[in-house]
Amino acid sequence: MKASDIQALLDEPACSHNHKEKSGCARPKPGATAGGCSFDGAQIALLPIADVAHIVHGPIACAGSSWDNRGTRSSGVTLYKIGMTTDLSETDVVMGRGEKRLFHAIKQAVDSYSPAAVFVYNTCVTALIGDDVDAVCKAAAERVGVPVVPVDAAGFYGTKNLGNRLAGEAMFKHVIGTREPEPANPRPDGLPTYDVNLIGEYNIAGEFWHVAPLFDELGLRILCTLSGDARFHEVQTMHRAKVNMVVCAKALLNVARKMQDAYGQPYFEGSFYGVQDVSTALREFARLIGDPGLIARTEAVIAREEARANAALEPWRARLKDKRVLLYTGGVKSWSIVSALQDLGMKVVATGTKKSTEEDKARIRELMGEDTKMIDDGSPKALLSTYHEYRADILIAGGRNLYTALKARIPFLDINQEREFGYAGYAGMSELARQLALSMESPVWAAVRKPAPWAGGGSGTVLVA
Amino acid sequence: MAEIIQSKKALAVNPLKVSQPVGASLAFLGLNRSLPLMHGSQGCTAFGKVFFVRHFREPIPLQTTAMDQVSSIMGADENVVEALRTLSEKSRPEIIGLVTTGLSETQGTDIQRSLKEFRAAYPEFAGVAVVPVNTPDYLGCLESGYALALEALLRTLVPASDCAGRRPRQVNVLASAMLTPGDIEAIKEWIEAFGLRPVVVPDIADSLDGHLVEAEFSSLTIGGTPRAEIEAMGESTATLVIGPSLARAADLLHELTGVPDYRFAGLMGLDDCDAFTQALASISGQPVPARIERQRAQLQDAMVDSHFMLGFARIALAADPDLLGMQVRFLRGMGAEIVAAVSPHRHDSLAGLAIEQVVVGDLEDMEKAARAGGAQLVIANSHAADTARRLGLPLLRAGFPQYDLVGGYARGWVGYCGSRQALFDLANLMLGQHHELEAYHSRYWADDRDGVGQRHVVASTAAGLVH
Repeated sequence: MKASDIQALLDEPACSHNHKEKSGCARPKPGATAGGCSFDGAQIALLPIADVAHIVHGPIACAGSSWDNRGTRSSGVTLYKIGMTTDLSETDVVMGRGEKRLFHAIKQAVDSYSPAAVFVYNTCVTALIGDDVDAVCKAAAERVGVPVVPVDAAGFYGTKNLGNRLAGEAMFKHVIGTREPEPANPRPDGLPTYDVNLIGEYNIAGEFWHVAPLFDELGLRILCTLSGDARFHEVQTMHRAKVNMVVCAKALLNVARKMQDAYGQPYFEGSFYGVQDVSTALREFARLIGDPGLIARTEAVIAREEARANAALEPWRARLKDKRVLLYTGGVKSWSIVSALQDLGMKVVATGTKKSTEEDKARIRELMGEDTKMIDDGSPKALLSTYHEYRADILIAGGRNLYTALKARIPFLDINQEREFGYAGYAGMSELARQLALSMESPVWAAVRKPAPWAGGGSGTVLVA
Repeated sequence: MAEIIQSKKALAVNPLKVSQPVGASLAFLGLNRSLPLMHGSQGCTAFGKVFFVRHFREPIPLQTTAMDQVSSIMGADENVVEALRTLSEKSRPEIIGLVTTGLSETQGTDIQRSLKEFRAAYPEFAGVAVVPVNTPDYLGCLESGYALALEALLRTLVPASDCAGRRPRQVNVLASAMLTPGDIEAIKEWIEAFGLRPVVVPDIADSLDGHLVEAEFSSLTIGGTPRAEIEAMGESTATLVIGPSLARAADLLHELTGVPDYRFAGLMGLDDCDAFTQALASISGQPVPARIERQRAQLQDAMVDSHFMLGFARIALAADPDLLGMQVRFLRGMGAEIVAAVSPHRHDSLAGLAIEQVVVGDLEDMEKAARAGGAQLVIANSHAADTARRLGLPLLRAGFPQYDLVGGYARGWVGYCGSRQALFDLANLMLGQHHELEAYHSRYWADDRDGVGQRHVVASTAAGLVH
């Protein structure tokens, strides 16, 4: 991929981060960098498409330590969980046999697994030696008779975030708009059906299944979720939705914006974390579709669901009220979680703002009050000192910081893509509350913080059991 | 003698292989106040980190030279120098493992030269040992990368000397990548039982065993072999080498120091363990302690108890060469049949195994062979969980990675005790799938032979026989 193409992707006009003098993706510093590469980001964005053969084209490192490590769930076919890579050898690299091997690999994948499509992920080594992945995909598609989509997001192109965008770009360029959706079956209740898309929802731990029934009830048919529990043919039909929702991530905003330009689809940004955010999202769909009947039905569903959720959360709220949270997500995911935590009566005393803009920061002050500490430095050391300084009760962060917390003997909640619990939707809130209480109220913290009875410096009291 | 069959597929499906840079990093994680630095794009490190974090359930220090598009094409020597400087300045490590990746190797990096540039530019960091090792991921696997790192470590830190035996109780242990922290703990106790003092290189039992420490946070390893001990390996009285993958590292150490070495392919099962015990007895000049005699007798007892379940048991195995070889010998020693043996990488040691063939391939190859051979049990890493489910077989997790199991890293396989526990677990997995013969109902029996409408359910007690 050309440097100018990458620059164009970094410049995302719809992204509020774009207004700062530097775009979100600064040059990584050798010896002081954390986080994944573009290939990682591309895989995260697309791997949940369940009926696709995802082939990683490169030597073993890229697939070898990353396959089968996603918390994303499928309701049926699980082809996406089969790890596939061309596993290039030295001879392949030196003799330039990568392209040939890739071609045969695609054929083998189709022969043995009959996928709906094949996605080919370019990686550092194959990008560097100049394998023409686009051409191989084109030739292979003709030969095997199923779509073969190149995803050119080699690791050295940049960050994980850029990889998300490159993946979105590949979908927009090669997949979206290549098939018409089947008309929806008429509903027994006679209500109209409206088609919508969700962009950037990954069905981690199956959490979207908490929310999906409400869409069905309201007559919102999800043409496609990009990409949780999605199927290839659904991605193809995304251009026919009435409304797109970008779910709590700016990473795939480029897809929503381009679809608005190309197909006139309005979009909004929202989230399914927290009672209020779920309600807001449902309202936005109804508002953008503009059917008064739908608006009324949506309000009724919201009232019912909020009452139910509040009743379920009542006992948890009593236990979690005024507990102090240090939230570090390193980015914009914070929004959705903050609202969920406030729903529970918790206090966010500090939050990560490393990737936030001035506008974001203003919103943080508005939402969380002037006292909220904003942390730019996400190093374990900085997080722990903030934790102690602000007398937090729990650290909420991505899996990378899990052991930062545990080694420091402090409670932790994982909100990353590898987690095992679903927090989305009205029902997900109870699970979130349960997990928060589970860690904060655990008796292990007191146990592991107290010194051994024989450790010196104690009061000298002798306890005889 | 096993025939080695190279899988001929263009596409690796459900890869068994883990890359060399990850293996090399593991070796450096077993050294004290150390830090592996991968020379590649930031993803190489991020993936490696997640991989280890999920396996060990520990924070893992691992850094990157963060090659981007410009440095990937124009040259990334500066990245190496800058990364070394930043790490030396910030964390003052004892050892930095400078590990190359597929990206930097394809680009044609010369890490020795970059290291020289770093030394020239920043003499103030002369106290930080930097161990450069070339580990492209288009060659080898985790185990071979680990072995290369160990070799580079010895070459960098062990001075050529001629004073073997100056520390008469000290023995070196070169520990293969197949050994868990639990294994290494057991090996250390074994050696100490003979009044000897082990220097295990690398010692992941001291760094990655999962223990809480006073300090809340460290950017370096919080245990492992101290650098000074590595530098004094030449004064040891003997070197114990565990794992065929370390043959070259062992040759190098011997060449440098002249310390006599004893080599072991593995430490599972009676014969392996006896050979090790015998070596310790002759190195120390001590009789075998009663405690070890007792453990040996316990293993013998477990062998006779479990031979009913494991005799003729059809087992599918997938692992890196050292581990595969150790398991094969152990299971063959119990009368089990190996119906599938798959390794991600060809190593000379595989040819010497007493089975028909070893396939160099992936978990899909293992799945096919297991199905064809009517396997009853799978031994492989966590990635094989889905494979085993499809085969309808129990899985005993071994090797890297184990992410769907708590404490896999702590499990000890080696020694008399570890082998005994492995026998128990294998036998229990076989018992758990014991199929009773289907009852025969005679045509002469009345329909109400068991009383009208009543079929008493009688729990069958497992007799301990597997058909």
